[in-house]
Amino acid sequence: MLNDFLILMKSELVIAFIIFLLLFIKVGTEMTNDRLLSLVQILLLANFIYSFFFIAEGDLFGGLFTTNTLMTFQKSILSLAVYLISLLFSDWLKKSEHMLEFFMLMLSAVLGMFFMISSGSLLMFFLALELSTIPVAAMANFDLEKKIASEASMKMILSSAFSSGILLFGISMIYGITGSINFAEIPALLDGSPLQILAFVFLFTAFAFKLSIVPFHLWTADVYEGAPVAVTSFLSVVSKGSIAFILLTTLYKTFAPMHEIWYNMVILLSIVTMIVGNLFALRQQNIKRFLAFSSIAQVGFILVGLSSNSIEGSSSVVYFVLIYVFSNLAAFGVAGAISQQTGKERIDDFKGLYQTNPFISWILALALFSLAGIPPTAGFFGKLFLITAGASKGNYLFITIAALNLIVSLYYYLRVIRSVFMDKNEQPIEIIYLNPSAKLGMIICGAGIVLVGLLSWVYDYITTLIM
Amino acid sequence: MNLTLLILLPLLTAVAILLMRNATQVKWTALIGSAAQFVFAFVLLFAFRNARAGGNEAQMLFELKYDWFPAWHIAFHLGVDGISVAMILLTSFVVIAGVLVSWNVTKMTKEFFFLLILLSMGAYGFFISLDLFILFFFLEIAVIPKYLLIGVWGSGKKEYAANKLALMLMGGSALVLVGMLGIYFGGTERTFDLMTLSQLHIPVAVQKICFPLLFVGFGVFTALFPFHTWVPDGHSSAPTAGSMFLAGISMKLGGYGCLRVATYIMPDGAKEYANIIIVLSTIAILYGAFATMMQKDLKYINAYSSVSHCGFVLLGIGMLTKTAMTGAVMQMVSHGLMTALFFAVIGMIYERTHTRQVNEMGGLLKVMPFITTVLFIVGLCSLGLPGLSGFVAEMTIFMGSWQNPDPFHRIATIAACMSIVVTAVYILRAIGKTAMGPLKAEFNNLDDAKWNEKLAAIILIGGIVAIGIAPFWLNDLVSPATEIIMKKLAAVHVGM
Repeated sequence: MLNDFLILMKSELVIAFIIFLLLFIKVGTEMTNDRLLSLVQILLLANFIYSFFFIAEGDLFGGLFTTNTLMTFQKSILSLAVYLISLLFSDWLKKSEHMLEFFMLMLSAVLGMFFMISSGSLLMFFLALELSTIPVAAMANFDLEKKIASEASMKMILSSAFSSGILLFGISMIYGITGSINFAEIPALLDGSPLQILAFVFLFTAFAFKLSIVPFHLWTADVYEGAPVAVTSFLSVVSKGSIAFILLTTLYKTFAPMHEIWYNMVILLSIVTMIVGNLFALRQQNIKRFLAFSSIAQVGFILVGLSSNSIEGSSSVVYFVLIYVFSNLAAFGVAGAISQQTGKERIDDFKGLYQTNPFISWILALALFSLAGIPPTAGFFGKLFLITAGASKGNYLFITIAALNLIVSLYYYLRVIRSVFMDKNEQPIEIIYLNPSAKLGMIICGAGIVLVGLLSWVYDYITTLIM
Repeated sequence: MNLTLLILLPLLTAVAILLMRNATQVKWTALIGSAAQFVFAFVLLFAFRNARAGGNEAQMLFELKYDWFPAWHIAFHLGVDGISVAMILLTSFVVIAGVLVSWNVTKMTKEFFFLLILLSMGAYGFFISLDLFILFFFLEIAVIPKYLLIGVWGSGKKEYAANKLALMLMGGSALVLVGMLGIYFGGTERTFDLMTLSQLHIPVAVQKICFPLLFVGFGVFTALFPFHTWVPDGHSSAPTAGSMFLAGISMKLGGYGCLRVATYIMPDGAKEYANIIIVLSTIAILYGAFATMMQKDLKYINAYSSVSHCGFVLLGIGMLTKTAMTGAVMQMVSHGLMTALFFAVIGMIYERTHTRQVNEMGGLLKVMPFITTVLFIVGLCSLGLPGLSGFVAEMTIFMGSWQNPDPFHRIATIAACMSIVVTAVYILRAIGKTAMGPLKAEFNNLDDAKWNEKLAAIILIGGIVAIGIAPFWLNDLVSPATEIIMKKLAAVHVGM
């Protein structure tokens, strides 16, 4: 039993171990932020590498906790993202008084996400969701002196509380109808009655809030703009990635009998999300708000793949999230480095960036082209596979709308590229100093953007995990 | 003959360019790289001819197949037939000439040549891929270089033009994507492989939906009316080499796609929509020609005349006869060489006179005899003088079109023929005003072409004359391939 416990919960145990370690370091030693950060980075890297070893499948606690190879891989993706965040924003982290608290909060949220991915029942899922949300609200307020950060934190906590309430309502309904909260037992008890549909809608609404699917996206832009860039990137990459994963399991496994019903719903929400996200992104001036709306549109694309209810669907969603980690973190990393050193966050401020900072310009360009889905970047493959999976049901109108949205999104990504490469500026942003770990983070992201697509075995590996 | 070399060569050149320290090294690396491509294209041509002469009747030669994303049935499948070899030759001609005329680029030289070579890689990859997915990959890979080349090194309304071009081409790709997925899921077998797809019979209902998607999607690239509007803006704003690549290579991607993907895989669809294609391409031919008459800017003149000339390509495809299709491929090669040369000459003139307005020039023959001579040659090729490639290609298309006996095709052919008269008017007027007449005082001290410009011009003229004087080698190369497409079309008995 203990052996099972140690092996099956190894990802969670490692995270918990790191949290406690950091707590002791905080209390016990007087190390400088510089050295501490290196230590944390090493720990997070070790955590990422370790996630590929001792992979096991099985249940714990009577089915409350379950894990398999796919879930372990999903956790690896999140671990990678956390490691990259620790690299990319090292400059900001070093200057922060409460660096260790930041990591403790972030890792607590990650722990929650891990439990969420592995949850075997609705109760466990709810607990884990709360654990993954509340620390993030505290993180959003990390720039203590900034009013806008408090506002972001407040909006975040209110919308989370609201969505949790709706989720609980949905859970209670499902329990009322089926008499079970166990993910494995629910599918057999579903017959598509109106009350079940209502319960499903409530449940889905909670996901929609976290994923900022239109019309539940209104908190996103304000929170993204107000929070520190590191937190914004965590929210948009790790948080969204984990919810996409759990949505995958919920839709494909638990609510598989109701596929006919949720298929139309997902398609409708996908179209609305893509269109609204794209249209709002067109006019944004602040790079963080811009990326917020573009990430809403990206979620719309994830829904395209999700709608297919097939092996291709789940592999393309996991694959896309992996690519999205690299692309979006690279974009946020560049935006963070610039805003940290110059305080500039407007897209117009980026004019002429290429003259002074060719390296980060190319990284930004790669990231944006990947988000736009232009080859040879990985985003091309990610988007194409999502769309192909979505097309497998033969709904070509839907696919055409998705493809047309690609053009709209290309337009606004090109706007940033144009500022960076083409527009003249009398006073371009001065030369940005990148410390080695931030540079390393950007190089990893850049390499990931180029290689994850071209090396097809990454996708094959994900497919074998799902089979 | 390993076809991956055709992708690796430009890729390695591009990487090598990034490693170079100064502009001179960058330029020589680019030149050596493109010369290697040029040599390789000829090696490929001779290897291909030898294989054919040796009795190798396989449809595709030098095939290679590696699995790539097996879960989606995608394979890195390469191979060439006569059409591909012709297009590869064209590309290598334009690339080396493009590198040569860009010798004076001083702004961000390294990035410029890097993007230029990357663009050529996309074109080669497109022409040799036998898998729809790979084809699409290479089609889109060129978007970034094109956008940046126009936006950074262009002139005039460059940002607007770059945006318009990128978005319209992306729109074309989006249609191609949907059509491609339609074939993938709508066919009897889930595959992206062109050779397998050509053996399958895709249901007629699917063809009726997917053919227009693919044809229009590729058509956007090759200035299908009414999606030609990016051509004038894009070409005239791009730097010289950019215009050469856009008009010489990029527009040919579309024509090749229309032929190889849309028409070959979906013959029912082609028959169904052939008349619409003919109408649209005839409009493009006439509209392009008349629009050129109104232009005063040399680059706009060539851009609009490209719309007109590329209309012939689509007309040849729409006519659905073997001769016309062979003519269409010949027209692609011919127009690619000719328009690249035209843009090169315009670039040379502009570098010296700093104007592209026809009215502001005159008498240039006296100060730069070489450049103006080249301008004469390319102009005569454009208006279809026998002995040059334009005549051969257009003549073949007209002959092929005339094989259709019904009045509709006859009228379309005659209407298209009329455009040649209009072409003669605008070409002769433009050249006359530029080269003849009194020389303006400020142009007295202009010098003639330098070695690099001369070399570029001679290479392209060599191609034009080789096709013009001895068209049979190109015809022999292309017609077996078009015959296979025609066989597939002949097996279909609907419409018509």
